Amino acid sequence: MSKIFRNQLFIPIAALLLLAVFNLIADPSFFKITLGYNSAGDPVLSGYLMTILDYGSELAILAIGMTLVTAASGGQDISVGAAIAISGSVVLRVLCGRDHHAETMQAPIIVAFLISCVVAMIFGAFNGALVAFFKIQPMVATLILFTAGRSIAAWINNNELPIVNEISFSYFGGFIPGIPVPTPFFIALACVIVIFLALKFTNLGLYTQSVGINESSSRLNGLNPEFIKFLAFIILGLCVAVAALIKVSRLSTINYSVIAKDIEMDAILAVALGGNALSGGKFNMGASILGAYVIQFLTTTLYKFNVPADALPAYKAVVVILLVVFSAPTVREFFSGLWKKMTKKGVEANAKA
Amino acid sequence: MQKLKEKFKNISDTNLLLLITIVVFFLMYIGAVVFQGKGFLKPQTFFNILNANAALILLACGLSLVMITGSIDISVGGVTALVSMCCAVYLDYQGGNVFVSMLIALGIGLAFGLVQGILIAYLDIQPFIVTLAGMFFARGMTTIVHTNPFNVENPNFVALKETRVNVPGMGSVNKLGVYVPAYVELGVLVALLIVLALFFILRYTKLGRNFYAVGGNNQSALMLGINVKRTKFFAHLLCGVLAGIGGYVYFLHVGSGAPSHAQGAEMNAIASSIIGGTMLTGGVGNIIGTFFGVLSLSTIQNIVSSAGLDQAWWTGITIAAMLCLFLVIQSVVMARKKKQVKK
Repeated sequence: MSKIFRNQLFIPIAALLLLAVFNLIADPSFFKITLGYNSAGDPVLSGYLMTILDYGSELAILAIGMTLVTAASGGQDISVGAAIAISGSVVLRVLCGRDHHAETMQAPIIVAFLISCVVAMIFGAFNGALVAFFKIQPMVATLILFTAGRSIAAWINNNELPIVNEISFSYFGGFIPGIPVPTPFFIALACVIVIFLALKFTNLGLYTQSVGINESSSRLNGLNPEFIKFLAFIILGLCVAVAALIKVSRLSTINYSVIAKDIEMDAILAVALGGNALSGGKFNMGASILGAYVIQFLTTTLYKFNVPADALPAYKAVVVILLVVFSAPTVREFFSGLWKKMTKKGVEANAKA
Repeated sequence: MQKLKEKFKNISDTNLLLLITIVVFFLMYIGAVVFQGKGFLKPQTFFNILNANAALILLACGLSLVMITGSIDISVGGVTALVSMCCAVYLDYQGGNVFVSMLIALGIGLAFGLVQGILIAYLDIQPFIVTLAGMFFARGMTTIVHTNPFNVENPNFVALKETRVNVPGMGSVNKLGVYVPAYVELGVLVALLIVLALFFILRYTKLGRNFYAVGGNNQSALMLGINVKRTKFFAHLLCGVLAGIGGYVYFLHVGSGAPSHAQGAEMNAIASSIIGGTMLTGGVGNIIGTFFGVLSLSTIQNIVSSAGLDQAWWTGITIAAMLCLFLVIQSVVMARKKKQVKK
């Protein structure tokens, strides 16, 4: 019994079940999936579950990077939303060139994506350098990009809103003709496979965890903690670029102040829900990814009950607070003490009887 | 000269950073006068900066307190928006009186300070996570209270908002030859009073010295018999209350409620606190420095906007660049300290 409780996957799965049961009681139609046809005549699956699969995927991609950053540096990157705005802006800038309403694309999508990857990794490196080499707390260091990011994104496109008319660009955030499952899910799947292979066949996971658990002792063991923290931020940059491609592909355009708004909160929440310590150290990548989908489950549920988008953060904030309070060591000790007392009393009562 | 050098070598981190801040502010103001013309020489220009930033001064003071204690609070912007929205709704829909609206503001600030303080100090949860949640909660609640921005038309409140305090001897003669007195708003007086009060608390009271001790070194503060948890709790409580007061001062300045109010205020407050010489690692900082930090920040904003670069993104980029610069300066100061210890 206690083994199940101690498993890291317990929290996200329990939360998922709780939400599912809640929805089942409130309105079973939540789970209905229908096969329909979109405006182009291609088969698509629709329903709340598909929405979760669709929008949870970009969150899962971010959660991969965020887990590494959290584990290595003991802090979180709060600039991911702003960084998505930047790399999305870069994608559109390359695709549209100087003409903001170009009929044809000025460059192949893959080129635009690679350039945006490089840009996102440079910004990740900027954050990473501040954290690793200047020893600034991660959240404060990323606060710089958090403020400046959306401004930079607007500046890249001269504050215009370029629109991509090419239909193939919308495949990344929508559906590939003939396949009824949303594409972001496949992209997320690819990212997950890559990261699991990397964790299995390289020392990335081991080194990241050892730096997070004890920086000076891993230095004494011959690791380079600065480089590993730096690397974590660069990997997050890469994840940001992938998520940004999905984001801009959904709309074929960009809104600098709204795109990926508050997504940093969701990404941090996904890591926390996965049972990973926010102060760094050990991590479980699978739990984080599952956590991301659970968060999206929560968001979709709230939307279904007509909670306005601007009010969502309030509800999520309560969830975060509850989560961190119950995973705080002092609270855990208190409860385990209480549990012991109660069981002891029970045993004594049994003995008396 | 030798003596001066000696003195400079032994200067404490707090004073060194304060010195840098004040020098930077004066250099910037002189630069503004030289490049942007004589407008900056008028006392009223300076007072306008104060008028527009009275709330920011209060928020930054609160942040300085928690940062000196080695913690952080990023919920202040959200609290400001929540306070102004709640007060606006109360004054307009309930026809309530101004005094009660002040109590509401204080109450909201106190509640945030209390809850965040308990979570951070007694449950040992990372301050950033708690206050990030606090920020999102406040922003979300603001929209739940009321969705659209609106102006408050309560006559008592408008009278209070329009109250101006003339500063004697600082006025100027305008083009028509009429003497226009220089003025400040009520919020500025509140802000200045609180800055002075905090200065004395930090310098001369036990609680103030405890803040520095806890921020400087948690462990040794504990060894000295300081109640570390309670000190941390008080820092967050004070910060919450200051955010409440700052929120009301902000509300008094703009006279309206809107979910988008004080967007990025937490960032500006942290930036001005850092520019004012407060170290993120804790234990180093000065309220007077914070005051100058706010002035430096708003002067650079004024320069940016009067240089014709008024597109919103320039402000964000300049503040971020300035913050980056000062963070690096701090890093250098830390390195200097380490060297001294080694010697």
